[in-house]
Amino acid sequence: MNIESQDLYTQAILSMSALVGLTSFLMLGQGRLLRLIFVFAVQGLLLTLTTSMAAFSLDNPHLYISAVLTFALKVIFIPWMLQKQVLAMNMHRDVEALKNNTAVMLGGASLMVFSYYVLQPIIHTSSMIMLNALAVSLSVVLLGLLLMISHRQAVAHVVGFMSIENGLFFAAIVATNGMPMVVELGVAFDVLVAAILFGIFFLHIRTSIDSLDVDMMNKLHEVDR
Amino acid sequence: MIAVYLLLLLSAVGILFFGLLGHKDDIGKLNTRINAVSLAITVWLAITVFNNGTILSSGKAFLVDSFNVYLIVLTAFVGFTTSLFSAPYMAHEKELGKLTEGRLKLYYSMYQGFMLAMYLVLTTNNMGIMWVSMEGATLATVLLVSLYRTPESIEAAWKYFILCGVGIAQALFGTILLYYAASQIGDSENALLWTVLHEHATQLNPDILEIAFVFLLIGYGTKIGLVPLHNWLPDAHSEGPTPMSAVLSGLLLNDALYAVVRNKMLVDGATQSHIAGYLMMGFGLVSFLVAALFLHRQKDIKRLFSYSSIEHMGLMTFAFGMGGSLATFAALLHMTVHSLVKSAIFVTVGHAAQIAGTQKMAQIRGLIKTQPKVGWGLLIGTVAIAGFPPFGVFTSEFLVLLATMREYPWLTPFLLLGIGIAFAGLFRHIQPIVYGEKPEGQSAIKANLIPVIVHLGLALWLGLAIPSFLSDWFSQATLLISGSAL
Repeated sequence: MNIESQDLYTQAILSMSALVGLTSFLMLGQGRLLRLIFVFAVQGLLLTLTTSMAAFSLDNPHLYISAVLTFALKVIFIPWMLQKQVLAMNMHRDVEALKNNTAVMLGGASLMVFSYYVLQPIIHTSSMIMLNALAVSLSVVLLGLLLMISHRQAVAHVVGFMSIENGLFFAAIVATNGMPMVVELGVAFDVLVAAILFGIFFLHIRTSIDSLDVDMMNKLHEVDR
Repeated sequence: MIAVYLLLLLSAVGILFFGLLGHKDDIGKLNTRINAVSLAITVWLAITVFNNGTILSSGKAFLVDSFNVYLIVLTAFVGFTTSLFSAPYMAHEKELGKLTEGRLKLYYSMYQGFMLAMYLVLTTNNMGIMWVSMEGATLATVLLVSLYRTPESIEAAWKYFILCGVGIAQALFGTILLYYAASQIGDSENALLWTVLHEHATQLNPDILEIAFVFLLIGYGTKIGLVPLHNWLPDAHSEGPTPMSAVLSGLLLNDALYAVVRNKMLVDGATQSHIAGYLMMGFGLVSFLVAALFLHRQKDIKRLFSYSSIEHMGLMTFAFGMGGSLATFAALLHMTVHSLVKSAIFVTVGHAAQIAGTQKMAQIRGLIKTQPKVGWGLLIGTVAIAGFPPFGVFTSEFLVLLATMREYPWLTPFLLLGIGIAFAGLFRHIQPIVYGEKPEGQSAIKANLIPVIVHLGLALWLGLAIPSFLSDWFSQATLLISGSAL
């Protein structure tokens, strides 16, 4: 498959998926919370661009609505809320020392390969482009999980959680040109409520353990000790 | 069809009403009344479906068939009886100073929010909306888990939120793949409607659907509490208020399993193989055995029964995975009796914990001497859930065993072993709690045991003789799910 032989829209989608994948890797290695949030906002912006591009080239007006929703939620509201929390907790100067940063990055790379491997069967039914786009979305989901595992701050967990949502959203846009409108509105509503709940939780966690380090939440065990 | 709209509307009004006016004194009674009306509506709906068969709303947005209608009635029923219990329980918790007025308002508002999400999961015909409402159920209950604001409850709620949120995100990926497979055969506007998908199941691409099912099983499986995705479940059940544990165990887990089975029906149609079933059997059996072992090492009474829930959900997943008419029939019956018995147990456990002032099993003693009704309720409930005749759990577990012996004889010893281990695990903890000497200064409390008596009575009835309309119903649902009559 030669990328130059594809039409312009496909080329743009492929570049976008490369960039979205890149932002996931950037987040994975990021120890500073404010930068982590910034990269997350950039990922949101890339999603917004992809959605508007799809809306324009497919002439599908309802995708414009989801582009606006994405922009409002993922680029403005959630980053703003997280940033406020970080500043309120005075954590913006802390650099989280990530253990085994190399191993995590290598793990991330292998997750990407794994995504391609898992979705390989799809190639029988559709194009190489679809495989690329879907594999990148899946790896964004998996990298989000890895981000949550490797970071200890609750804020980083929320960023990981929301970036998983980004990966799913990207899959929906690229593979199927967006889910039906009612589903998309429902998902956006869930994301909004989840974001608000996270805000409430930060407050509760802070008042209960006086920190946002989730490693301090270790009172409940699977079995008696 | 109007019954479905009424049902959803009523719960939605309930959310707003309690959110705004939840400070009234008789709020618990109002909640009970709303749930009673919901129950009446669902019975009406059930009668309609029983007489006229499957109903599909005009916009094809809602579907009520023989599979989900009985779950809808069960949801409304458990929701109603739990609200009967929750009114005096929550009032007592408020008197103890554990809760403020605002949190009580939140509790009742989100109780209705949870019920709305559950009804929506069950009635919707759109797989996307099913996902949205499943996530909605998490969002509605997450603040209830941390209602007491203790460090433990906040930890439990955070775990619940993150694990279920992340888990269910996998199910969304599965749903997107499903949509992708469906949009390849045209008509992308209706491509997520279950009826459309089911009709064209054989045309869907089997490769994509296999991948999709893995994600769907992991996603919804997190909510079912399948091992190794179960970590949130005991925490959320033990730290939240007890009525919440009753509805989580009795309803949420069932509805997540319902979502998996709906998807399995599509995948089976497309792949024409048993791959989805094998996955479910594997996960189910592992959950069943692991949870049975974990029962032995618990200290908290609510955690004990949450592991018992995981065990039973594992058994149901196993039975649905096995497919075939007998196993499916058994799984449907087990879903019903488990919901009834488990919510009854959580009601008595709630009272027991209020009597003893703690959830630690080592400190709850002599229940029969303190308050015989609660003690006997707990004992009989435990007997029922452990699978003793003549209760319904015995019937359904026996049918599962029978089906296993017929289809996969070499798996029968594992099931028997699991049932034995679970029985021992439950009784070594419960026996000293109900018998034993009563500690100094422990006295009876005001308890509402009507839900317990009704639930256990029904479970007994189902164990002795399943009424013919119900067995007809289960047979219809079995035919729908497994494709063959009993």
